[in-house]
Amino acid sequence: MRDKTQLTRLETETVNAAKTRKPLYAARQKIFPKRASGNFRRFKWLVMTITLGIYYLTAWLHWDRGPFAPDQAVLLDLTNRRFYFFFIEIWPQEFFYVAGLLVMAGVGLFLITSAVGRAWCGYACPQTVWVDLFLVVERAIEGDRNARMKLDAGPWTARKLMLRVSKHAIWLVIGAATGGAWIFYFADAPTLVGELFTGTAAPVAYITIAVLTATTYTFGGLMREQVCTYMCPWPRIQAAMLDENSLTVTYNDWRGEPRSRHAKKVQASGQSVGDCVDCNACVAVCPMGIDIRDGQQLECITCALCIDACDGVMDKLGKERGLISYATLSDYNANMMLATAGGSSSINPSLVRTAVGTFCDQVAHFHIRKIFRPRTYVYMGLWSLIGLGLLYSLLTRDRLELNVLHDRNPQFVTLSDGSIRNGYSVKLLNMIPEPRTIVVTMQGLEGADMVVVGDDIPAGRSFAIPVEPDRLKTLKVFVRQPADQIHAPAQTFKFRVEDKASFESNEYAATFNAPEAAK
Amino acid sequence: MSDEHIDEVSGVSTTGHEWDGIRELNNPLPRWWVITFYVTIAWALVYTTAYPAWPMLTSATKGMLGYSSRKDVKNDLAAAEAAKGKYVAAIQAKSVSEILTDDALREFAVAAGAAAFKVNCTQCHGSGAQGSKGFPNLNDDDWLWGGSPDQIKQTITHGLRFASDPDTRLSEMPAFGDIITADQIAQVSAYVASLSGKVRDASLIQPGAKVFAENCVACHGDNAKGNREFGAPDLTDAIWLYGSGETAIAAQVRAPKQGVMPAWVGRLGEIKVKELAVYVHSLGGGE
Repeated sequence: MRDKTQLTRLETETVNAAKTRKPLYAARQKIFPKRASGNFRRFKWLVMTITLGIYYLTAWLHWDRGPFAPDQAVLLDLTNRRFYFFFIEIWPQEFFYVAGLLVMAGVGLFLITSAVGRAWCGYACPQTVWVDLFLVVERAIEGDRNARMKLDAGPWTARKLMLRVSKHAIWLVIGAATGGAWIFYFADAPTLVGELFTGTAAPVAYITIAVLTATTYTFGGLMREQVCTYMCPWPRIQAAMLDENSLTVTYNDWRGEPRSRHAKKVQASGQSVGDCVDCNACVAVCPMGIDIRDGQQLECITCALCIDACDGVMDKLGKERGLISYATLSDYNANMMLATAGGSSSINPSLVRTAVGTFCDQVAHFHIRKIFRPRTYVYMGLWSLIGLGLLYSLLTRDRLELNVLHDRNPQFVTLSDGSIRNGYSVKLLNMIPEPRTIVVTMQGLEGADMVVVGDDIPAGRSFAIPVEPDRLKTLKVFVRQPADQIHAPAQTFKFRVEDKASFESNEYAATFNAPEAAK
Repeated sequence: MSDEHIDEVSGVSTTGHEWDGIRELNNPLPRWWVITFYVTIAWALVYTTAYPAWPMLTSATKGMLGYSSRKDVKNDLAAAEAAKGKYVAAIQAKSVSEILTDDALREFAVAAGAAAFKVNCTQCHGSGAQGSKGFPNLNDDDWLWGGSPDQIKQTITHGLRFASDPDTRLSEMPAFGDIITADQIAQVSAYVASLSGKVRDASLIQPGAKVFAENCVACHGDNAKGNREFGAPDLTDAIWLYGSGETAIAAQVRAPKQGVMPAWVGRLGEIKVKELAVYVHSLGGGE
């Protein structure tokens, strides 16, 4: 008898069966970069010292500008809307200099990238520099790669807790110093540092420090390579800057493959073997945690530490340096064609070497000439053009300016003796930190004279007026012309300002209006 | 679908979803990214609880912090009023001519007066105080009732021919159409016009001067320079409130138009009137 409870099993599967289910979100894989040593590491230390030195110390440099201006070499005085940079003082309307510098920085980035790849990312980007600094702290406290990995994997002991707490505490102090250094550019540094510690600084100062401490700590200490890989747009943009003649950090598999950990044994068996001994030194030092031997990839910031690591190994093995090196794609491709006999076989490193083991003549090496090509010429030309333009503009800019606004309502006033009066707002800009006496003169407009409202200056065609250092002075000036001198409803004339001491001068063409009937 | 499938090109495993042979790669998002997303949700909850946010049927939640932009504006306005306080107090304490001697105070009064002028005075005197026919131009140097700071203040305070103010400035030119003949009007008009310009028929000037001496000098003076006591205009200058030329003068002699200006002190208060006087004085004709 058939058992009614026995059911047939349906042939079906779930789309997300537990046994094959994949997580939608991946945890960050911890990276423990090993300390590298070599030429590029030394260069990076140097760049790091210079850039951090500039950032932390510039605000403390002094530059004497006399008694009427701050003596901080670099100062963004937002309250008074002035920007001081050593011998240069910029008013808000001159901010195009900063915009020009930013454009130059952009074009400069294109130039550098097209020539030597992501050098910005690898050496000078604040993210790279601060991560390097944070790694210095990490290594000093927890030790190098193996010690750190061991500590991380080990249980939470008092020692581990102590090491971790001190590491994070120092990171936070660096973060706070970073935020602190930032705000010193916006106020007198020695005064502000006193205010900071007595709790009398402006709330925005504390907020800025707090925000920058948090971002520095998070980006430099906790997120590190995640910032470059996931948050920064530059890795995506750089593809447009690179071409086959750009230098990038390259694993030269045309001499490295086939890699083998037991080269001698393999060689003895008659198979060809490359220079790569698969020691993974390049991977261990990589702050991005990638393997350069997989080729150029988005994550690579071209910090060149893998070159240092590999060069060290090659030195030990008595082989030529440069298994990993800065190379262009065109050189790399040429050498690959050589090593694969025109692409017909897998890599055979013996094809790039002579009988005595040196590289044969056909092997392409980078030549400095490659940097100079139309693309970089265009970038260099553009960069220099903007730079020269800014420089010219800076050297010839006016420090005594004049703006005149003609009263528009009413345009003119008839006075009781029949003469016509026009009103003007005359703005004198004394753009140097010295008090000056400015002589204002009228040119043209026969028979006319002018008076300054609210001043005891007698009517005339010229007057001298003191202007405070670094200030704009607005004068209300009435210009009057007798009826019999007026020959047109609109006459042009000039206001001229002159500093008799420095001989600087400026002019402004103004219009004098009169009623039609007064012609 | 239960077997793991690796995409050949990218070497990445797929989610197991397949549409017509197209598979979806499983590139997992960084976990911190999704945590950041949850943090923003949490932040949104905190923020919308702390600040006014959630719409209700007739209003919206007020927020735990009790913030409102109207309160902000109110505070800002109160702060602005407080900042003005010392100037306003000084203006109250000082006379108009004293205010003019203090640069900072004068600038403040000019700005405040300009604002009050735009609201109360432009209807007649124009937005640039340029006036029009029958409404005096306040920029020029011709004043019917005096152009000193205190005289201007007096005029604004009590007005002109303003019946309900006992201290108002008062004067009335008779309608000479009822007193002298049409010929005499033509003669006197020619004489007055000749004082500042050319006339059509020079033969009228001599008899006109006689008519003027008999009828007009009481108010306009022997030399026709006017008299500010009665607001009698100077007839020798280039400025004509009701138009220049013999025809316009004759019309004014026959049946004069006389302007009225309200007394402003009751409406604007002493301080605003002072500010207005400083502003009008600053327009270029002040004495």
